[in-house]
Amino acid sequence: MEYLILFLPLLGSIISGFFGRNIGDKACQIITCSMVSISALLSIIIFSKVIISGYENNVIVATWISSGSLDVNWSIKIDALSSVMLVVVTLVSSLVHIYSVGYMSHDPHKPRFMAYLSLFTFAMLTLVTSDNFLQLFFGWEGVGLCSYFLIGFWYKKESANAAAIKAFLVNRVGDFGFALGIFLIFYVFGTVNYDEVFRLIPTITDQKINFLSIETNIVDLICLLLFVGAMGKSAQFLLHTWLPDAMEGPTPVSALIHAATMVTAGVFLVVRCSPIYEYSQLALSVITLIGMTTAFFAATVALVQTDIKKIIAYSTCSQLGYMFFAAGVGAYNVAMFHLFTHAFFKALLFLGSGSVIHSFKDEQDINQMGGVWKKLPYTYVLMIIGTLALTGFPLLSGYYSKDAIIEFAFVSETKFGIYAASIGVLTALLTSIYSWRLIFKTFHGNYNNKKLGIETMHESPIIMMAPLIVLAVGAIFAGMFFKELFIGYETTYNFWGNSIKFLETLSTDHPPKWFIYLTPTLVILSIPLSYYLFVKNTKIVDDIVSTNQPIYTFLQKKWFFDELYDQIFVKPSKKCGLFLWKKIDGLVIDRFGPDGISSLIKNFSLKAVKFQSGFIYQYAFIMLLGFSILLTLLIVK
Amino acid sequence: MNFPILSSLILLPTIGALFIFFVRSSNKQYQSSKYVALFITVANFILSIYLWFVFDKSTVEFQFVEDREWIVGFVNYKVGVDGISILFILLSTFITPICVITVNYTVKKRLKDFLIAILILETFMIGVFCSLDLVVFYLFFEAGLIPMFLIIGIWGGERRVYSAFKFFLYTLLGSVLMLIAIISIYWITGTTDVEKLYELGIDQKYQNLLWLAFFSSFAVKTPMWPVHTWLPDAHVEAPTAGSVLLAAVLLKMAGYGFIRFSLGLFPAASEYFVPLIYTLSLIAIIYTSLVALMQEDMKKLIAYSSVAHMGFVTLGIFTLTQQGIEGSIFQMISHGFVSAALFLTVGVVYDRHHTRLISKYGGLVSIMPKYAIVFMVFALGSLGLPGTSGFVGEFLILMGAFKKNILVATIASLGVILGAAYMLWLYKRIVFGKIIHDDLRNMIDLKRFEIITLGLLVIPILFFGFYPEPLINSIETSVGNILDVNYFNQTKNLALGK
Repeated sequence: MEYLILFLPLLGSIISGFFGRNIGDKACQIITCSMVSISALLSIIIFSKVIISGYENNVIVATWISSGSLDVNWSIKIDALSSVMLVVVTLVSSLVHIYSVGYMSHDPHKPRFMAYLSLFTFAMLTLVTSDNFLQLFFGWEGVGLCSYFLIGFWYKKESANAAAIKAFLVNRVGDFGFALGIFLIFYVFGTVNYDEVFRLIPTITDQKINFLSIETNIVDLICLLLFVGAMGKSAQFLLHTWLPDAMEGPTPVSALIHAATMVTAGVFLVVRCSPIYEYSQLALSVITLIGMTTAFFAATVALVQTDIKKIIAYSTCSQLGYMFFAAGVGAYNVAMFHLFTHAFFKALLFLGSGSVIHSFKDEQDINQMGGVWKKLPYTYVLMIIGTLALTGFPLLSGYYSKDAIIEFAFVSETKFGIYAASIGVLTALLTSIYSWRLIFKTFHGNYNNKKLGIETMHESPIIMMAPLIVLAVGAIFAGMFFKELFIGYETTYNFWGNSIKFLETLSTDHPPKWFIYLTPTLVILSIPLSYYLFVKNTKIVDDIVSTNQPIYTFLQKKWFFDELYDQIFVKPSKKCGLFLWKKIDGLVIDRFGPDGISSLIKNFSLKAVKFQSGFIYQYAFIMLLGFSILLTLLIVK
Repeated sequence: MNFPILSSLILLPTIGALFIFFVRSSNKQYQSSKYVALFITVANFILSIYLWFVFDKSTVEFQFVEDREWIVGFVNYKVGVDGISILFILLSTFITPICVITVNYTVKKRLKDFLIAILILETFMIGVFCSLDLVVFYLFFEAGLIPMFLIIGIWGGERRVYSAFKFFLYTLLGSVLMLIAIISIYWITGTTDVEKLYELGIDQKYQNLLWLAFFSSFAVKTPMWPVHTWLPDAHVEAPTAGSVLLAAVLLKMAGYGFIRFSLGLFPAASEYFVPLIYTLSLIAIIYTSLVALMQEDMKKLIAYSSVAHMGFVTLGIFTLTQQGIEGSIFQMISHGFVSAALFLTVGVVYDRHHTRLISKYGGLVSIMPKYAIVFMVFALGSLGLPGTSGFVGEFLILMGAFKKNILVATIASLGVILGAAYMLWLYKRIVFGKIIHDDLRNMIDLKRFEIITLGLLVIPILFFGFYPEPLINSIETSVGNILDVNYFNQTKNLALGK
């Protein structure tokens, strides 16, 4: 069964990728969709087995690398943590596969698209089912590669190509830290298998190492290096710049890769390594700090963006920040819970926005939309469900997971606890405002599109709506159903078993009553507020913008990160390359090296040639000269 | 004595070359010459596979040793293989037939002579990798220059003469010092037999100078910074098959030499000069990656990337760790496949469009989809994506380096980011985007022989990426032996006190 879950998507990908032309578009779509769906069904079976009987398994597929003491296998590891990820990945993936059949119906390269999606699913599955860091790294780069392919899927668009490369390179920067982390783990433990590493961690907690001439605790260093990798993949502050640009790809891709699965790999990494992180207070503090900075930063930027997908992208960034700070305060299970619920409602929002974009014939600017809620009633309702779930409206899934994060931060005894909780509340408010802004600007107010008449608006076909409905069901009920299992006080330790390590059991304190009610109240109040601001009286917003132009530009330009990185990394590298090539290689090495020597020899021989003039009297004169010098020398001696 | 299988491997191509030389081929296409060359090289490949098959991986002894008196009392013709050299022999015999196939279709003038040059070159390449006598090694090592010089000088591009001489000048200058060193080794120890020298050892006081002499030759051939500038020029002017052989096999001779001779004969000096090698390797990795980023000529870009990759190799060898050296050998083999493949892919578009300028291309994916796929595989192999052979080598090297010096490993890892940058940017500019140049529209996709040659290279790149065991298995014992015999300080596992 484990084999089937993993290799069915790969098989589908291979068939569709290599034989797509021979078997036709339809067959490709049917094959890939059914392969991934079967895989999803099997994952659900495994998941229920894990819930009911605490099923665990580690299938060794083959040896990968064994060199000296390094011994790495291809493996499929099933435990509570990976089974949750299996369900999320295969379920969202199968829905996105089905949705893509409708969404990409006018695209000439369907087999290629389906092949990439399935290949991505396979890579993601190898990532989550690994039993060692190296296979994890394989999946890690594998999903990065598929993301690169899919962002640049419309290869004729210059911006899509640039975004694809940017995504790959920024991730490589993260991977650089990740790889160093793996080297360090291998250096210290002589192995990269989870079990052995986790077993040995407690024995080295106070050892130090000299890293780049700084004396550091080994465990701290491992944790921080691994976290750099997680920052890259999960688009955290400083390494986030690729995610908004990645929206150049087709919308189903954004839903699958840049909302539900790949970007959560960083969170997964931290949770998977909880047995290491538990021993590093420093790293946990850094994670909390980065997490909450990201959550806040991304929410502020999302407030002023006008591209529907970019708003949701920044929202994803922000929600990932939440997951990280949950992990940072030690509530790994809550982080996983939010990852789980987020997958449903964020995929729903992306696919819903895809449906809107589809109706508007590829228009993504929300200023070009508006007033179409009657024309797109189903999409409208589904988007509302997604928004409610995202903002944490009571009883929907986001409510359970996000509020739990804020509460855990509040009661945790870490340095940043209270601080993180208050940022969490503030960000929740911002989230609510930008989400409703999106809804109201897209569906309410006046119809603003000049290119298309409002009468051309129509709902998307059923094949696109069906996956949305499934996701909506998840967005509504996933929180309620799985709350006890994931984060209940009693059940949680049973369920997670050995897959998550808590050095100390989680605090069972409750925050004060007023705090518990604070977030939901703000969230609910922000709905009428946003309605007033963005539909009824838009003048107020315009006034705010015009009076605070610098701040607005600052947010609009995403805190100027792109410009900054361009100035300090991209341009200098290029200049440097040019300088080294033209000046050092050309003017120094070649000039004094081979060209210099050859011209030296040439000049020398040209001079030597002059001696052979052929005139007897010259030769005689030279002889005479030499003879007299010799004679003088002899006499002097 | 058993059947002299190594000598057969060495001599077979030469016999083929003689055959082509003497047999008159009446028709203009040189049909018979083509088939002879292909037949000979494939036969040689099969023979080397057989060799690998019967090779005993568990022992550290040299196998299939042939020892004949040659110059009485001075030099013996002695050849033999261990787990390391056998891989390089396989690489040579694998790449040569691929070159022969492409040459058959792409070289227009003096095809017969080109085939002879390639076959002779194969003889020398195999000779280098199995000689067990310093003089024999030197002869093969230097003789390899001549066919390469001719290939660049006769079949090359516009500035071929300049490039050929630059190539020759650089490599010869380095080698002169090595020759002197070999002579002095003979004076010191009275033998040039490598196995005997391993047992005798060389007095510490001579080691440093001798090491430097060998180094000067190997550094040029690798090439290491700052003596790398001949490589881009040589590649740019060389015909495709020449570039392939140069990048895939000739560069590896130096890496092999470092392992076999520098480490084996001068262990103390090797440890002494580790900082020098680290510095030069790091400069090579970062410097040439940055330079590669700005190249306008595809072949130059790949040539510079080769220098960066060889920087990893030298770094790995001198980590003097099991992972580092195994990684280096793996990286050399892998780079043999990848660089050969990349030069072939450049050759494909060059044959059709007659320019190597990157700016003259763009949007090829819509007219040459098959080409886009294979090129992608090679680009990924070059940037070391997990699942391609490029990853395994690079990762092992960095792991080994990390054990010895964290700073060095960190800087070298930065090269991995740059590697992705220049390769993906190259790919984007050639394959993706809109077609701006209308004259590209009538380019045709891969022909059958191109699918065969490129396909043959895709297979090992992916196969060894997912399953590197066959290669690593083969070198494990020999590498372990080099480390044990020479008492390189075994890695201390600091944390666990293992």
